[in-house]
Amino acid sequence: MSLHHLDVRNLLCPMPVIRTQNQVADLAPGDELEVLCTDPGALTDIPAWCRIEGHEVVQSGERNGEFFVRLKVAQSSVFHVR
Amino acid sequence: MEKTPKLRKAVALISGGLDSMLAARVVKDQGVHVEGLNFFTGFCVEGHTHAIRNRKGGKRNNALWVAEQLGIRLHIIDVIEEYKDVVINPRHGYGANLNPCLDCKSFMVGKAREWMEHNGFDFIVTGEVVGQRPMSQRRDTFPVIARESGANDRLLRPLCAKLQPPTLPERKGWVDREGLYRFSGRSRKPQIRLAETLKIDEFSQPAGGCCFLTDESYTAKMKDMWQARGEKSYDLDDIMLLKVGRHLRPVAHFKMIIARDEGETNYLLGYRNRFHHLVMTSHGGPLTLLEGQLSDDDLSLAAKIAARFGQGRDAAEVSFLAVTPDGPEKRLSVAPLKPNQISDTWYL
Repeated sequence: MSLHHLDVRNLLCPMPVIRTQNQVADLAPGDELEVLCTDPGALTDIPAWCRIEGHEVVQSGERNGEFFVRLKVAQSSVFHVR
Repeated sequence: MEKTPKLRKAVALISGGLDSMLAARVVKDQGVHVEGLNFFTGFCVEGHTHAIRNRKGGKRNNALWVAEQLGIRLHIIDVIEEYKDVVINPRHGYGANLNPCLDCKSFMVGKAREWMEHNGFDFIVTGEVVGQRPMSQRRDTFPVIARESGANDRLLRPLCAKLQPPTLPERKGWVDREGLYRFSGRSRKPQIRLAETLKIDEFSQPAGGCCFLTDESYTAKMKDMWQARGEKSYDLDDIMLLKVGRHLRPVAHFKMIIARDEGETNYLLGYRNRFHHLVMTSHGGPLTLLEGQLSDDDLSLAAKIAARFGQGRDAAEVSFLAVTPDGPEKRLSVAPLKPNQISDTWYL
């Protein structure tokens, strides 16, 4: 497992979700990503995206007037297509 | 042994509204694997511009919410750069404001076609209803979208499919045409009834559409920006800033963006390294960004105007720190303009 960071401060949703989605695509299962943002909407949207994709939100909240979401990449996609 | 039929896969355009939600659900309920696409152009009302003014946020992204309710994946795609050509040079022109609806729909279906081909999907689903929109959702423009997007008969519009010639997914039996609909016109009642039948009791119906380019006030500011620049061009920061603050152009060669509350001031602070700006120092008041080349007289006029929007609006004098992007600062004190000295024509 390795921890990665993504800085999306000053971007408004859905850009934080888009950047998160794009970075997670390059990570391995079990990796963690901490997203730093200033749009409080990201605290709603990134966890919603994680629920859809099966990723785990390890922690989220406010820190020094900014927001963060730390997620753990799912072991495998929750979507199986024959 | 009988061969298991291949699971067909559809990519659905998901806006976050009811129609695209219903369309995706109808196809999914027929046993098709559906994944959603949502394109971010920069002009989407779904973006969290409201969060600028309300730090508590909390409003959901409806496209994500719809995907979660439907149990489908949603791929949100940044098309800001590619979309510029749609906005700046629409082949089919604009609607009532700067909305290039027909070009926009062809563009999005075209992007969905590219995605479909790249990911091995079979067809595209949209929530279009014939006759619902004056520009893009008409009987005569439906074939234009199918043709210009390259999707052709792999474009299925489940809510009005029975009013259209059968598409490839219908002819091949990937979906049952009998299970599709014949909605038309601007009435929302058929969609509401279908939502009730499908036990969808919560959905978004944005009253003003889903795009800032249909908004008269927003597009007036965009036209002003293009006029001041002498060309039709923009970047993401430009179009975000058009959504924030009061915009005033007191003289042709400069514009002011005055925050309307603390949230907007915080947001505009993120741009202070790009713009000349005024910080009110003697009273509580909003941050003001200044765009253009300002003389000392211009700066004084801007300060007098900005003073009108702070707590010192009735004071004899209000002080500011005027800051340039590359650092030099200047202090100035001015008498706020009276309300009747702020011309209505300055507001964009």
